[in-house]
Amino acid sequence: MKNELEIQIKVPNKTRYLSLIGKIGEDMARELDRFSGDREAFAYHLNMVLTEAMANAIKHAKASDPDKEVLIRISISERQLTIAVYDCGQGFDLNSIPLPCPETDLLEEKGRGIFIIRALMDSVVYRKCKRGNVLQMKKALK
Amino acid sequence: MNLKIELNGKIMIVFVREERLDAHNSPELKAEINRLFEEGAQNLLIDLKDVRFIDSSGLGVLVSGFKNASTRQGSLKLSSLQTQVKSMFELTRLHRVFDIFQTTDEALESY
Repeated sequence: MKNELEIQIKVPNKTRYLSLIGKIGEDMARELDRFSGDREAFAYHLNMVLTEAMANAIKHAKASDPDKEVLIRISISERQLTIAVYDCGQGFDLNSIPLPCPETDLLEEKGRGIFIIRALMDSVVYRKCKRGNVLQMKKALK
Repeated sequence: MNLKIELNGKIMIVFVREERLDAHNSPELKAEINRLFEEGAQNLLIDLKDVRFIDSSGLGVLVSGFKNASTRQGSLKLSSLQTQVKSMFELTRLHRVFDIFQTTDEALESY
């Protein structure tokens, strides 16, 4: 596969699709040409980031409305991976989630998903958009 | 969710027979851990041999079980983590919280 592709996926707002989305991410990572890093680790991390971001979107979307969908865009260029996950809920304050640092309370039950995403990606932004909110995550590819 | 539960002496072993432990199925594990504690179990060993992938929900359920065990003067230990699963414990530094053993037998010897 050429190192430039974009995939757009719409899935129902349900956790049963987490595994499917994660698997798509893993397969994409394995198919990339000219990737010199640890491919299996990259595949696993892509699975992790997609799973966490989609679970986050489901949590913040109106869970009571089963007709809602989560839209996911994954684009990979020569040098960068970009993942955008759109939700149509009330949103949340990304800044309220502690940054990965040694002082974080290890037994805190909330915020671990965003913590993991931040640890695995270079930049994470959450903002309002036409559809509701978008969590946009980028990582440089080496 | 596919769980196999075995009583070994005073240790309740929960074998999680799923490839993924994520936001979809981890509430079931949480309910089962809570049920075992409610029914009087003191020491739980969660064996993750079959688990290839764990997300923050899965980790959260184990943390919740760990806290539940602590308040009951019991314990919750882990065994048989696959490499990538272990890497998630390290990333979130939870490897400092849990007693983690390479095999079920090693974990049983620790009690």
